[in-house]
Amino acid sequence: MLQGWVIVLTSFAYLCLLFAIAFYGDRRADRGRSIIANPYIYSLSLAVYATAWTFYGSVGRAAADGIGFLPIYLGPTLMAVLWWMCLRKIIRISKVNRITSLADFVASRYGKSALLAGLVTVIAVLGILPYISLQLKAISNSFTILVQYPAIEMPDKQRSVAVLQDTAFYVAMILAGFTIAFGTRELDAAERHEGMVAAVAFESLVKLLAFVAVGAFVTFGMFDGLADLFTRARADPRIEPLMTPFDDFSNYASWTWLTVLSMLAIMFLPRQFQLAVIENVDEKHLRTAVWLFPLYMLAINVFVIPIAFGGLLSFPKGGVDADTFVLTLPMAEQHTALALLAFVGGLSAATGMVIVETIALSTMVCNDLVMPALLRSRRLRLNERQDLSSLLLDIRRWAIVVIIMLGYLYFRLAGEAYALVSIGLISFAAVAQFGPAILGGIYWKGGTRAGALAGLSAGFVIWAYTLLLPAFARSQWLPQSLLTEGPFGIALLKPLELFGLAGLDQITHAMIWSMLFNIGLYIGVSLTSRQSVVEHGQATLFVDVFTKTREPSSFWRGTASTRELRILVGRFLGPERAQEQFAALARERSLRSLEDLPGDAECVHFAERLLAGAVGASSARVLIASVVEEEPLGIEEVMNILDETSHVIAYSHQLEEKSRELEAATTGLRAANERLTELDRMKDDFISTVSHELRTPLTSIRALSEILHDNPDLDRAQRVRFLGIVIKESERLTRLINQVLDLAKIESGKAQWHNSELDLRDIIDDALAATRGLFEEKNVALATQLAADVPRLVGDRDRLMQVMLNLISNAVKFCAPDSGRVRVSMHRQGDCVQVDVGDNGIGISAENQRIVFEKFRQVGDTLTDRPQGTGLGLPICRQIINHFGGRLWVESRLGEGSTFSFTLPLDPRASDDKLAA
Amino acid sequence: MAKRVLIADDEPNIVLSLEFLLVQAGYEVATAATGEATLDTARRIHPDLILLDVMLPRKNGFEVCQTVRADPQLSATKIVMLTAKGRSTEIAKGLALGADAYVTKPFGTRELVDTVRTLIGP
Repeated sequence: MLQGWVIVLTSFAYLCLLFAIAFYGDRRADRGRSIIANPYIYSLSLAVYATAWTFYGSVGRAAADGIGFLPIYLGPTLMAVLWWMCLRKIIRISKVNRITSLADFVASRYGKSALLAGLVTVIAVLGILPYISLQLKAISNSFTILVQYPAIEMPDKQRSVAVLQDTAFYVAMILAGFTIAFGTRELDAAERHEGMVAAVAFESLVKLLAFVAVGAFVTFGMFDGLADLFTRARADPRIEPLMTPFDDFSNYASWTWLTVLSMLAIMFLPRQFQLAVIENVDEKHLRTAVWLFPLYMLAINVFVIPIAFGGLLSFPKGGVDADTFVLTLPMAEQHTALALLAFVGGLSAATGMVIVETIALSTMVCNDLVMPALLRSRRLRLNERQDLSSLLLDIRRWAIVVIIMLGYLYFRLAGEAYALVSIGLISFAAVAQFGPAILGGIYWKGGTRAGALAGLSAGFVIWAYTLLLPAFARSQWLPQSLLTEGPFGIALLKPLELFGLAGLDQITHAMIWSMLFNIGLYIGVSLTSRQSVVEHGQATLFVDVFTKTREPSSFWRGTASTRELRILVGRFLGPERAQEQFAALARERSLRSLEDLPGDAECVHFAERLLAGAVGASSARVLIASVVEEEPLGIEEVMNILDETSHVIAYSHQLEEKSRELEAATTGLRAANERLTELDRMKDDFISTVSHELRTPLTSIRALSEILHDNPDLDRAQRVRFLGIVIKESERLTRLINQVLDLAKIESGKAQWHNSELDLRDIIDDALAATRGLFEEKNVALATQLAADVPRLVGDRDRLMQVMLNLISNAVKFCAPDSGRVRVSMHRQGDCVQVDVGDNGIGISAENQRIVFEKFRQVGDTLTDRPQGTGLGLPICRQIINHFGGRLWVESRLGEGSTFSFTLPLDPRASDDKLAA
Repeated sequence: MAKRVLIADDEPNIVLSLEFLLVQAGYEVATAATGEATLDTARRIHPDLILLDVMLPRKNGFEVCQTVRADPQLSATKIVMLTAKGRSTEIAKGLALGADAYVTKPFGTRELVDTVRTLIGP
C-alpha cells in the first residue's frame, strides 16, 4: 500500500534535501570555497535539459513512433561538438560585458536596446509557459496515478475538478515557494546562484538513477534481457512497425527540423543559457561538458525503447497512457519502492526545470520589463532611492509566482490537448526564434537592432499563429473552424497549412515559416538599416571578443568629443603622434577626414588603448573618464555603478595634475631614447671597427705562422724576421685588446678608481723618468717648467700616470729624430691646474684636431709615416680627464708641432661632485 | 713567362707574407700601398691579377676595382678583394663592382694561393 501522505512526505523530503544542498552551496560560495567550480558539476547541471518530458514523454513518443524521440537528444549532442567554438564565445562575451540573462545578451549586442530586451523577455515567458505547464501536468498526473496504487487508473480527462481540488494547482504553489527560496534569498549582482547549480547537478543524478533503475528493472526483471524483449516485441503486430524508422519523406523533414530545433533549444532555452553561460565559473569546464553531457544524454536514453516496448507488451489492452509507462510498469509489477523512486525521479526532473527556468525568466522580467518601466516613472522617483535591492527581490518573487501561475493557467486551458512531447516542442520552437539574432549577432557585425527586432517579431508572431493558436483551438477555447477553414474562411491563412503548405507535421510546418521570416527579415532589414554608433561599438565588441582582448572593466558606454580625446592622448604621446593615430583610425573606418570621426565607444576605446600603452590600463581608464560623457545610466548601473563612478570622477581631478607631470617625464624619456638609439648605432660601428682592427694583426700572424709551418727549411735570417713580426703583431693584438677592454670599462662606468690626494708634479716626474729611454733612443731634447705653487689635488694616481705616459710618448713619437724637442709644463689657471705637453713634430691639421680624439682614428697618412699604436690612447686619456671634471684638447699647426693640454679642477668638492654624478 | 700579380695593401707585414707566398708559387710580384699607387702600377705593368685590400688609403679598394673595370686596357686583369670586414653586404658590394673573388682576413695561405691559381693558372 502507498498512502497519499507517504508520497507527499517523500516529495517534501526530497525538495528539502535539494534545498539543503543549495543552502550548503551558497554558504560555501560566500566563503569563497565554491563547490561548483568543478567541470563535472557544471556538466551535470546542464542536464537540466532532461525534464519530465524526457523522463515520461520520451517513452510515450517511442511507444507512438519508435525512435522518433531521438532527434531531441541528437541535436544537443551535435551542438555539444560545436560548444567549444560557439558557446565559449557566448560565455566570453557575457563575462566581458557582465551579461545577466538571455534578454540582456540580445539587447546588449544590439546597442543596449530596451525594446529588444522587453521583446525577448515576452517571447521567452510566453514561449516557456507550455513547457512549465508540461512539468505541472507530469507531476500532478504521476501523483494522481501513484496515489491509486496498486490500481492503475489514468487521470480523468474531463476538467470537472475545481482549482482548489486540483493537484496541479498545489504542485504549482509548492514549486513557486521553493523557487523563491532557491532563487531570491539574496541579490547577486552577477545573477549567479551557486547553491542552485549544485542542487540541479544533484537532481540530474537522481533522475538518471531513477530512470536507469526502471529501465533495468523492465529489461532484466520483467523480461529476460534485451534480446528477449525485442524478440517478443517483433512478434507483436502493434510494435513491429515501430522498428522501421523512416517510411516516407516527411519523416526525414521532421527529423531534420527536430534536430535543428533541439540544437537551438540547448543553447537558447532560458534555463540552459542561465546554467551554461551565466552560472559558468570557468570556460575550461566546457571541455568536460563537451563529452560528459552527450554521455549523459545517451545514458538517459538507453532504456527508452525497452521501457516503451515493455509497456506496450505489458498493457496489451491499451488504456494506459504510454507517457506514464515509467511509473505504471513498476506499479503493475507491485514494486512499491521502485514506483516511488520513479515518481521521485520524475519530480526531480520537473522541479529542476521549473526552478531554473523560472529564476532565469524572473530575472529577465524584473530587469528587462518591470524595472525599466518603474525607473522611467518619475512619480516613483526610484533613481533617488538608496537601496533598491529589496524592491528588486520582491519584483522577482512576484514574477516567479506569476510565471508559474501562468504555466498553470496554460495547463488548465490547453494542457490536455497534446502529449508531453508536443507541448515541449512548442516551447522549443519559441526559443529557436532567438537563434538568428544571437548567432548572427556574435558572428556578423552587420546585424542591426532593427533587423533583430523585425526578425524576432516576425518569428514570434508566426510561432504564436501556427503553434499557440491551434493549441487553444483544440482545447475548444477558440472555434475549431479557425483550423479547418482559416480565419474568416481564408484558406491560405489556415494556421496549420499556412500559405497552402500542407502535408508536414505541425512543428516542421511552423519552423519552416517562422525561420524563413525570422532569418529573412533579420538579414534583409539589417542590410538596409544603419547601425547607431553604440550598436557599432557593441557589435565589434561581441564579434571580436576573442581577438580584442580587453579587461571587462574598460567597457565604456559613453561618448566624448574626439578633439578632447585627441588633446588628452596628445599630452602623453605628443600631438603629432596622436594626430597620426586618430587619422589612421578615421581611414580604417573609411571616413574622409579626422573631423568626421565620431567620439563613439570605439573611438573612446581606441584612445584608452593608446593611453594604456603610456600610463598603464587603470590610469588610462581614469583619464578617459575625465573627458568621456557617460550615457544616462542603465538600470543595473543605477544600483551598482553609481557609487564607483562618482569615485572615479573625483579621482580624475587628481589625475589631471599627475598627467601634467607625467607629460614632462615623457618628453624627457623620449629625448633619452633618441640618444640611446644614437649610442646604439655608434656601438655597432665600434664593434665593426674593433673587429677590423683585431683581424689585421691576426692576418699577419696567421699568414706568417703558416709560412713558417709549411717551409721548415726556410733560411735562418728569414725565419727570425718572420718570427719577430709574429711576436710584434701578437703584442699589438694584446695591447689592442687591453685598451678596448679598458675603454669599455671606463665608458660603462665599471672602471675602478682609486682616488687619493696627490701631487701632480710627482706624477709628471715619474712619467718622464719612465719614458727616458724613448727620448734617448730618438735623441729628443726635453724641457720642463713645473710651477711650484700648484696645490695637491684628488685623483687616481695610476690613471693620471697613464695619461701622462700617453701624451709624452705621443710627443716623442711624432718628433723628428735628433732635432726633436719636447716641452712639459704645469701651471695654475684659476681654480684649475693646467698641464701642457708640446712637441715640434709633424703637427695636426685643423680638421684632424677633432678626429684624433675619436676611437681608431689615427691621423697620419701613408705607410711611411703610419703611426704605431692602436688608435685608442687619446680617447682613453680624454675619458680619464673628463672623469675628474677636467678637459683635454690639442693646439697645433701642420708642420710646426702640437701641444696637448689638460686641466684638472683643484677644488676637491668639484671633483667629488663629479664623482658622485 | 710567369704570370704577374699586384699586391695592394697598406699593412707592410701582410704585404710581406703575401709576397713570399706568391713568389714561392712561381708568380712575378709587384706591390702598392695606396689606391692611387695601385692604379699607377696596374696601368704600367698590366698584371694578370690584383690582390686588392678594401681599406686602402687614398682611394679605397672599391674605387680602385671600379676604375680597373672601367679601363679597357685592364679588361683581362682579375681582381681578388681582401678585407678584414667580413660583412656580407661588403662581399656583395665587391662582387657587384666586378671583383672575381673575395677573401676575408685572416686568410688561410693555401686557400689564398689556390684562389689565385684557379683564376689565372700557375
